[in-house]
Amino acid sequence: MTEQLAILQVVIPLLAAPLCLIISRASLVWAFTLLTNTLCFVISVLLLNQVLDHGPIHYALGGWRAPIGVEYRIDHLGAYMLLIVSSISWVILLAGKTSLAAELKEKKQSLFYVIYLLCLAGMLGIIATGDAFNVFIFIEIAALASYTMIAMGKDRRALTASLSYLLVGTIGATFILLGIGLLYMATGTLNMHDLSERLANLHDSRTVVTAFAFFTVGVCLKLALFPLHWWLPNAYAFAPSVASAFLAATATKVAIYILLRFVFTIFGMEFSFSVLPLQNILLALGLVGILTASTMAIYQQNVKQLLAYSSVAQIAYMMLSLGMNNPNGLIATLLHLFNHALMKGALFLALAAVMYRIGSVQLKHFHGLGKQMPFTMAALVVGGLSLIGVPLTVGFISKWYMLTASLDNGWWPITVIILVGSLLAVVYVWRIVEAAYFKPAPADAKPVKEAPLSLLIPIWMLTLANLYFGIDSRLTVTVSELAAKSLLGGAL
Amino acid sequence: MMTFDSATLLQLAIVLPLAGAIAVRLTGGSPNVREAMSLLTSAALCFICYNLYQDFDPQVETKIVLLEILPNLNLSFHIEPLGLLFALMSSFLWFITTIYAIGYMRAHHEENQTRFYQFFAITMATVMGIAFSANLFTLYIFYELLTLSTYPLVTHAGTKNAKRGGRTYLAILFSTSILFLLLAILNTWLLQGSLEFTPGGLLNESSSSMTAIAVLLPLFIFGIGKAAIFPFHRWLPAAMVAPTPVSAMLHAVAVVKGGVFSILKICVYIFGIDLLSALPTTEFLLYLAGISVFFASLVAMRQDNLKKRLAYSTVSQLGYVTIGALLATNMGIIGGAMHMAIHGFGKITLFFCAGAIMVVTHKTQVSQLVGIGRQMPITMTAFLIASLSIIGLPPTAGTWSKWFLMQGSVDTQQWALMVILGISSLMNIFYLLPIALKAFYPPQEEQPQEVKSQKYEAPLPILIAIVVCTAFCFLLFLFPQPLYELAAQIVNMPGTGQGL
Repeated sequence: MTEQLAILQVVIPLLAAPLCLIISRASLVWAFTLLTNTLCFVISVLLLNQVLDHGPIHYALGGWRAPIGVEYRIDHLGAYMLLIVSSISWVILLAGKTSLAAELKEKKQSLFYVIYLLCLAGMLGIIATGDAFNVFIFIEIAALASYTMIAMGKDRRALTASLSYLLVGTIGATFILLGIGLLYMATGTLNMHDLSERLANLHDSRTVVTAFAFFTVGVCLKLALFPLHWWLPNAYAFAPSVASAFLAATATKVAIYILLRFVFTIFGMEFSFSVLPLQNILLALGLVGILTASTMAIYQQNVKQLLAYSSVAQIAYMMLSLGMNNPNGLIATLLHLFNHALMKGALFLALAAVMYRIGSVQLKHFHGLGKQMPFTMAALVVGGLSLIGVPLTVGFISKWYMLTASLDNGWWPITVIILVGSLLAVVYVWRIVEAAYFKPAPADAKPVKEAPLSLLIPIWMLTLANLYFGIDSRLTVTVSELAAKSLLGGAL
Repeated sequence: MMTFDSATLLQLAIVLPLAGAIAVRLTGGSPNVREAMSLLTSAALCFICYNLYQDFDPQVETKIVLLEILPNLNLSFHIEPLGLLFALMSSFLWFITTIYAIGYMRAHHEENQTRFYQFFAITMATVMGIAFSANLFTLYIFYELLTLSTYPLVTHAGTKNAKRGGRTYLAILFSTSILFLLLAILNTWLLQGSLEFTPGGLLNESSSSMTAIAVLLPLFIFGIGKAAIFPFHRWLPAAMVAPTPVSAMLHAVAVVKGGVFSILKICVYIFGIDLLSALPTTEFLLYLAGISVFFASLVAMRQDNLKKRLAYSTVSQLGYVTIGALLATNMGIIGGAMHMAIHGFGKITLFFCAGAIMVVTHKTQVSQLVGIGRQMPITMTAFLIASLSIIGLPPTAGTWSKWFLMQGSVDTQQWALMVILGISSLMNIFYLLPIALKAFYPPQEEQPQEVKSQKYEAPLPILIAIVVCTAFCFLLFLFPQPLYELAAQIVNMPGTGQGL
């Protein structure tokens, strides 16, 4: 059984998805989805243990050996990402039943879970696979599923948001495909490990450079690196709350994973950073992204859009750290993959609770919520403090490594800009705090009760995780260091 | 009665106020029980700090490493004289302020009292964390937590003004701590590989260039916004929107004292007195502190709102402590540490009186206080005595700290500073003494205002608090030895290589 874990990780949700159609009642479908997700989570834990004990796992699909057959390759980074995606997805699903019941009709809920499982399968597949074209297939599966999930939102603007995401996402995926195709043309193979060996000699080839260019632009569209981010705020704002939480916590992280995999494993660090100006691009776009997105977050009235712009800024942070081209920077990016997933997962779930109770996430409707929904607002405050990077939260750990990385390079101005980003975060987080705690509820508003336990428990699971991993960071730091080491080829 | 060892007491000192906060929250329904919880917790904390003081032995290093948050960066605590001084002072004054707050909040019919007492307790836990921190990392963590836990206290009123005051408070404190202090800490970490507070100073010339270390000093001084050094002092007057017990405790004792305490601790245990006197940037910062002292006194003279006047006076007095730290001599450090405590007692008395006046007569402006001595004799007498302590005249405790600070500036031949200190004392006289004197002897031109209410003196808990603190202004003048000895131990720690 344990040898098949790698493929089971992807196959279980993939097969479970259509099975949902057989069950008709929404609560049963939810239970089934939760069960599937539990299995995925268990498998990801087992895989991480296996990788920590024995090193990277190679699994040949159908017994066909690489490089002809499709290979699944799970190393430290992959196992870490699988754990992140499956665990956060599980917690978010816990909140799913109550939240979705308020936002979707009964029939649509079952369909939602089908799409959710497909999206999950797609993302897990992206991470687990060791074949370049297989990655593209799973990218498309995950993407199409996310477009559908977003389109199911209650608000009519969900359709246009989904459509613009679809257009942008398809362009991105096509660019990625073009990149992969050009790589195939240059090397004759699609297996990632094989590609890395053959590409080592092809640094001068124009085909390879073009492949890199197409691939990078494509993946940057997917991960919403400024200025290719404009699809994200609307997509997160108008999707069903559970979908927003899930996508905010996982989709862009998986896209960053793809970037890391291609840049470090396939193209190789030397090519990407020394031969091509990837470092400058990441630094420049990262810096501008942090400042611009944080500033735009300050002016948003819809709290989901506020947090979406905040996500764009956090992604820019991760790209900036990557652009520092030193071990601490890479560790910072990897740490932030996990930490940001925790932060945004908690924040968007808290918003799901607000949406559930008052049916809106506009700042002007938050008045008086500090008193009426104390636990939900407290979770929002803790998540906000994590975004700012206050010590004892998970955000501080990432910030510390980013700042150390930039000081390692001796880049004072960039260090200051990272800190200014934190200050901008104080401003937009405090807008939410002030709206919730300082203005009394309007006299004609209906009294609002605290969110039900079925929502509060998942919210606080993620919020407490934010605090726990901010205090005991051993697990995340060790795994990130190992993953960084394996990406850098042991040269730390 | 079980005897606890110092290490356990140390942990208890931080955990107890947190437990108290929970107790307050749970008993919020019955105000008397809730108040009893606050009183019990603060009394117990005083007791613990006193025991730690009695058991303190400079030869024995008591250190607790709680956990490792980042590789080689621990949350750890230790006991040393400066921290003990700060902890003793704050815990005692928390107890007194709780008594005061009970009188004030009830007489003023304040809302959300449970929230108030709860965050007060949490704040004290963070203050204990700062006092006993064993490295810069722990100090930074509790420093930020202090800002966060005092925010609900500052914005207690929940009004538009409170919100605006809270914004200034948070903006300045977070900007300075994130932009400067965190940067300074990271740089220290990268230069030295450690953040531990070491007797004699952590940094030394051999490990890194003097320029790098010289740049660190202003980053630290500006980074500690709670010390209200010009130009990052505006948060202090802005925070006067808070209820008076908050202003009294936090802005005369816990928050601002946390700031100057951090400066003292960093000067003594990160830089070390010898290194500090050799750095090129020390003099510039010394003069900046002097400017802070001078201009704050100037602005204080022009304020009519009593609390604002006291706030600017605090900015000025904090400059004294910073000067003491940056003079980089034994006398300077001792003077600075003593002034930290003595000013705390004096200022808290003044704020208590301001609050008493507000509760009884609803007056907030200095110009309205003419002739009020007849209605509130005890309060105004206390105000007079505390003013003398702030000015630095015998027979009040302020004499001693001023003496040591003057001595320190003579030792280092900083004549300009001596002049500034002298002029500032004169200005203190101008903006503090007339308030008390006019209260008792209204001049002919300014007739006493109509006595609006029939009340005569403040409620009893308030009076008790005021009298106790005033008594200390006398006691510390008559018996300064314990305070002096504790402060002297800071510069005498084994490993410092300094003698007195």
